[in-house]
Amino acid sequence: MVAGMVLALNGDEAAAYAVKQCKPDVIAAYPITPQTIIVERLSEFVADGELDAEFISAESEHSALSACIGASAMGARTYTATASQGLALMYEMLFVASSFRLPIVMSVANRALNSPLNIWNDMSDTMGARDCGWIQIYNENAQEVYDFTIQAFRIAEDHGVLLPVMVCHDGFIVSHSTEGVETLSDSEVDSFLPPRDPVYPLDVERPVTIGCVGVPEYYPEIKYQQEVATKKSISKIKEIMNEFNEDFGRNYGIIEEYRMEDAEVAILTIGSASGTAKDAVDEMRTEGKPVGLLKLRLFRPLPVKDLRKALSDVKVVGVVDRHISFGALGGALNMEVRAALYEMKDRPHVMGFPTGLGGRDIRVEHFIKIADELLKIAERDMLEEDYRVVGCRGPGCIGP
Amino acid sequence: MALKSLPLHEYLSPGHRLCAGCGEGVTIRQILKAFDEPPIICNATSCLEVSTTPFPYTAWRTPWIHPAFECTGAVAAGIEAAQKALIRKGRKKKWNVVLGLAGDGGTYDIGLQALSGALERGHKFIYVCYTNDAYMNTGIQRSGATPKAAWTTTSPAGRVIPGKTEWQKDLMKIVVAHDIPYAATVSASYPMDLQRKMRKTIQADGPAFILALSPCPRGWRTPPHLTIELGRLAVQTCMFPLYEVENGQYRVTMKPKRKLPVEYYLRPQGRFRHLFTPKTRQDIISEIQAHVDKKWEELQRLEQLT
Amino acid sequence: MKTWDEVPFAGYILEPGNAESYKTGDWRSRQKPVLSQEKCTFCLLCWIYCPDGAIVRKEDAVEIDYYHCKGCGICSYECPSGAIRMKSELEET
Ligand code: SF4
Ligand code: SF4
Repeated sequence: MVAGMVLALNGDEAAAYAVKQCKPDVIAAYPITPQTIIVERLSEFVADGELDAEFISAESEHSALSACIGASAMGARTYTATASQGLALMYEMLFVASSFRLPIVMSVANRALNSPLNIWNDMSDTMGARDCGWIQIYNENAQEVYDFTIQAFRIAEDHGVLLPVMVCHDGFIVSHSTEGVETLSDSEVDSFLPPRDPVYPLDVERPVTIGCVGVPEYYPEIKYQQEVATKKSISKIKEIMNEFNEDFGRNYGIIEEYRMEDAEVAILTIGSASGTAKDAVDEMRTEGKPVGLLKLRLFRPLPVKDLRKALSDVKVVGVVDRHISFGALGGALNMEVRAALYEMKDRPHVMGFPTGLGGRDIRVEHFIKIADELLKIAERDMLEEDYRVVGCRGPGCIGP
Repeated sequence: MALKSLPLHEYLSPGHRLCAGCGEGVTIRQILKAFDEPPIICNATSCLEVSTTPFPYTAWRTPWIHPAFECTGAVAAGIEAAQKALIRKGRKKKWNVVLGLAGDGGTYDIGLQALSGALERGHKFIYVCYTNDAYMNTGIQRSGATPKAAWTTTSPAGRVIPGKTEWQKDLMKIVVAHDIPYAATVSASYPMDLQRKMRKTIQADGPAFILALSPCPRGWRTPPHLTIELGRLAVQTCMFPLYEVENGQYRVTMKPKRKLPVEYYLRPQGRFRHLFTPKTRQDIISEIQAHVDKKWEELQRLEQLT
Repeated sequence: MKTWDEVPFAGYILEPGNAESYKTGDWRSRQKPVLSQEKCTFCLLCWIYCPDGAIVRKEDAVEIDYYHCKGCGICSYECPSGAIRMKSELEET
């Protein structure tokens, strides 16, 4: 492949191609649908001598992330990729990676969790891992996957951040859909992403103990330090995103607005659903309905202030989650957006719409139904339900 | 090689909080004396890990990382791979030995998969399993390494069931089945044998494995001064034979002049007390003896065969 | 005690072997090892068997480091020359 050109890549290939250009030292991964193409491509790059990295074919995702932890602690640039059950199996080590402040980058091709077994898309995997201390970036298409995989290394390794980053894209919908991706040249990537400069690597000359016993007298201090670092990373992430925008003519933000001018109700999406939602908004707008769209790119750390600012003028927000948080208020995104807006003086109503579960199509008409529901709430100025599942047959749901 | 020739360095400093008379303290000190410069250590959750690193103290004078319980093989693999890549790319000058340390719980049970994966992939690292035959860190629960009939808090010597009902897992066979360059058993009661074997692990071109018996006064219900004696008795009764498997070749490195009855090993230990009181359970003792005899003969056959 | 902005990065411990300053000698409850230099043959068995590195190896002698010795009695039990006796903590040495 020639660099610095428009290449026909699917989401997985875009991730693999970006990773190759970022020159990781160690890749440790385990294959799982729909992430498989990423590890296959990277194996090929290594086998063909196009990428000088150690590729560890781990015997499980737990070991894949464990190996990444060892490699990253040595000071290596380290990458892994997974999905669904694989991420669930990594759960324990996710906390360890972030608590050690190791700048590991991981692609996740979002996929539903068992049971029943389902290889198709939803976000049960990464939403369930939202409190593991990783930065989470959600992408709409292969172009974004490419651009944010490169930025992820830069963000993770920045000395003002030093946190692991999950770069998420929807399984199959993005991972397996080919589109034209505008790539950067290798030298452009090199200039944007300098080699990693590790802070306290495992080094015989300067022995360090990593992973002590945190007795109650110290545990809160160590954890609060991590919380402050995670919160503070938002401004760094914005800074790096702006630099990328300027260098390469992109226009990314941690939240993106679409036709939000004079909007009375807003749909808030994450990931690939945003594209379909835009079409729905366009349709509503031609009918003169005041509907806008917000696309959240950065879910961890949660950009609370930006959310408040972006939603300060609407009457109702419909939050489209792609998973269910059982027995709570729909999905995690809905709950967190509600919580973020709660202390606003004229806060909007917030209703959740968990949808697209296990690969169920989300179509334009779904979003139109959601928007109509939001307009009704605006008129009543009252919320009757905390959430309603969209794309499911039967009473109480908006289906099919 | 004599004791006097061993280095003075203490890569595990005094001031660690292992119990008085803990076999792990002796074993790890001796293991580290095989090194001329500090290895990079990856430690599993265990008594050793907990007792050596209560923040803000560390007893380690080596680079040391403890991520979790079951991942030692995988983390060591990552450290090894990173070194390879960094050296190749000129970002690290020298190779350092990678040493994985884990107890029996972290190896026989929960860490077996990660160990197997790392052995199969052939990473160049040393894995030392220090076994005290049970989950001592959580308060003496049975593991795959617990010997038959031993009392633990989850294999109690009850009125009906006399301690653990299953035989100890033969971990060495599992490890050897990976066809790695070197695997051996060691006991700190035989320090020169241990040194010789550790030096071989450092030379090995690929994964090397050490199984070290590490008596535990608290869990074995034994007086602390008997730690070294118990290691000796384990070897002399052939309950824990000392041998090595070098490129598939078995060699017993310590053949007892007179093989002692297993009773010599069992009787001093409180965890086997129910075999001797209120009445002697000769049936169980004989069963253990027969098992040990069978395994010992098998080992000698393997030595002849390979 | 250190505040969150003073504790080292991510709870890493940056002073290798600083546990040495921690006194485990307090753990001895009843007995302590007492060494007779006359009887000692400098075979170094006590040194290699001590779990705590509390037998200090000098040029041609060994010494007991009471700041760290936990009084387990291994050294005394293993010394082939009877050069180390366990004595009551209260006894004068
Ligand atoms: S009594 Fe135990 S801790 Fe003290 S010096 Fe002797 S062997 Fe070491
Ligand atoms: S074991 Fe006894 S004889 Fe040997 S060095 Fe120690 S005190 Fe001296």
